Amino acid sequence: MTDMTVATATPKRPRPARRRTSAADRERRPLDHGAWFLVLPALIPILVLSVGPLLYGISLAFTDAQSGRTEPTEWIGTLNFQDLLHDTLFWESFRIGLVWAVGVTVPQFLLALGLALLLNERLRLRWLARALAIVPWAMPEVVVGVMWRLVYNPDAGILNETLRDLGLGGGRDWLSGLATALPAVIVVGVWAGMPQTTVTLLAGLQNTPRELHEAAAMDGAGAWRRFRTVTWPAIRPVALAITALNLIWNFNSFALVYVLTSGGPGGRTRLPMLFAYEEAFRYGQFGYAAAMGCAMVALISIVLAFHLVGRLRRGGEG
Amino acid sequence: MRTGRAARAGQYTALVAYLVFLAFPFLWLVSTAFKPARELGSLHPTWIPENPTLGNFRQAFDEQPLLEAALNSLVAALGAAVVAVVIATPTAYVMARHRSTLSRMATGWVVVSQAFPFVLVIIPLFLVLKNLRLINSVPGLIMVYVVWALPFALWMLVGYVRAVPVELEEAAAVDGAGRLRTLVSVTAPLLAPGIVATALFAFITAWNEFFFALVLLKTPEKQTLPVVLTHFIGAEGVADLGPLAAAAFLATLPSLVVFALIQRRITGGMLAGAVKS
Repeated sequence: MTDMTVATATPKRPRPARRRTSAADRERRPLDHGAWFLVLPALIPILVLSVGPLLYGISLAFTDAQSGRTEPTEWIGTLNFQDLLHDTLFWESFRIGLVWAVGVTVPQFLLALGLALLLNERLRLRWLARALAIVPWAMPEVVVGVMWRLVYNPDAGILNETLRDLGLGGGRDWLSGLATALPAVIVVGVWAGMPQTTVTLLAGLQNTPRELHEAAAMDGAGAWRRFRTVTWPAIRPVALAITALNLIWNFNSFALVYVLTSGGPGGRTRLPMLFAYEEAFRYGQFGYAAAMGCAMVALISIVLAFHLVGRLRRGGEG
Repeated sequence: MRTGRAARAGQYTALVAYLVFLAFPFLWLVSTAFKPARELGSLHPTWIPENPTLGNFRQAFDEQPLLEAALNSLVAALGAAVVAVVIATPTAYVMARHRSTLSRMATGWVVVSQAFPFVLVIIPLFLVLKNLRLINSVPGLIMVYVVWALPFALWMLVGYVRAVPVELEEAAAVDGAGRLRTLVSVTAPLLAPGIVATALFAFITAWNEFFFALVLLKTPEKQTLPVVLTHFIGAEGVADLGPLAAAAFLATLPSLVVFALIQRRITGGMLAGAVKS
């Protein structure tokens, strides 16, 4: 209403000013009945099936809930967490989870940034790279796992065959070797997540003003300097967001490693999610598994806080 | 133009390296899918099958209920996509247009929900669905998928709504159109491509999903494609490579086709949600 008055009373007022009025007006607009009616259909399922279960899940961590038990579940306070503290297998799994999450996220980001910068240039074959970048992203994770099992297969796999051709020896069983299993699954993790990161960064790159780039080039700035002063500041918000998300997604990842190694050999690739899954649905220890979930949330929050605070501060200085 | 010859050569070398890295596992999967058993057992596998065969595909359908699994996947993915978009679109509209506390809380939830491990959500959902007798049923799985897809659907849709100029709605209001009329005849048509992209994205994520399906679907005739695929890998991790590759190849095709259609829009929507909020 006020908006209209402004518009009719001062018809010659420049458009930007009018826009600002309308935006400010919107900020103050309270939720009326109509708006509530629009929100409810999503609010109810979110509350019932997402917020509710989450709170229920957290509360389960303080109980002795087990699957298929007839006696009622009881509150046991922090007993599950005390057990967790002494569970060396769990800490080992946690450590593997961290190595995996960082080991995947960092190369993923660097490789994706390189590819995005290349795709932002006017190169031939760019269309092909863009099309290929879709493939790993669109694939079911299970298929990605299956595919790399075929690549890593000791006899019929292409990796060993290529190594044999290059005279680098062969017959290595990548996914069953104690030393090679974790690096091998990390490579798959990088491959699987790289495209999404690339496409996100590329979209960020395409939003950077070209004139700035050209002006910097005119002033004689080299490629690295142009990247540091023009490109990086422009894509930093996107880079920050996607690495934070990647870190979370990778730490919580399940299907890839489940298909590749099921956590083996000897637990060398048992990510926390696999551990918690086994605890909950193989051994039926719901309460204990829920406590593990809580510990994972706590840890990922801490890591994320460090990541975001560190990056933001560095951004402020630079 | 500014780039020197050597630099260009370096760029092309890097690009080709990326192409090889991205493409070779998929090409190997396709190659394996068309190889007869004798070549798969050979100690010197080749890139191009010497005697290409469709036998692996036939064997895959014989060994596992792939058609039923595909049907289950289709029902689960379609159901999740349609329900998620129907309930997320109005909310996304309100979140984009009114900056109220509720909108801020919803945005916060979208972010927070990304951080929670599925275990923490699936155990209670498992117990609840068990009480509702919705374990081992596709409708139960759809419910879980909807909740799981909602945050991202909201995230994308909020970006698309913001891209529709509010001035258009105001103009319609000036012309005397009521709120509903404005939404239906002005906003909805402009939002339609975004809604379709969001639905297709929800479709793919549900089609590809594995963890919830693994936990919730117990009997083979109810299971979705990704779960059935893992049955090709026996205990001890020994897999019948040919049929496994054939089935995996088939299971990927729908995602690839749908994804090719919407790839550009997804990135746009994600960025809009990420940067402009």
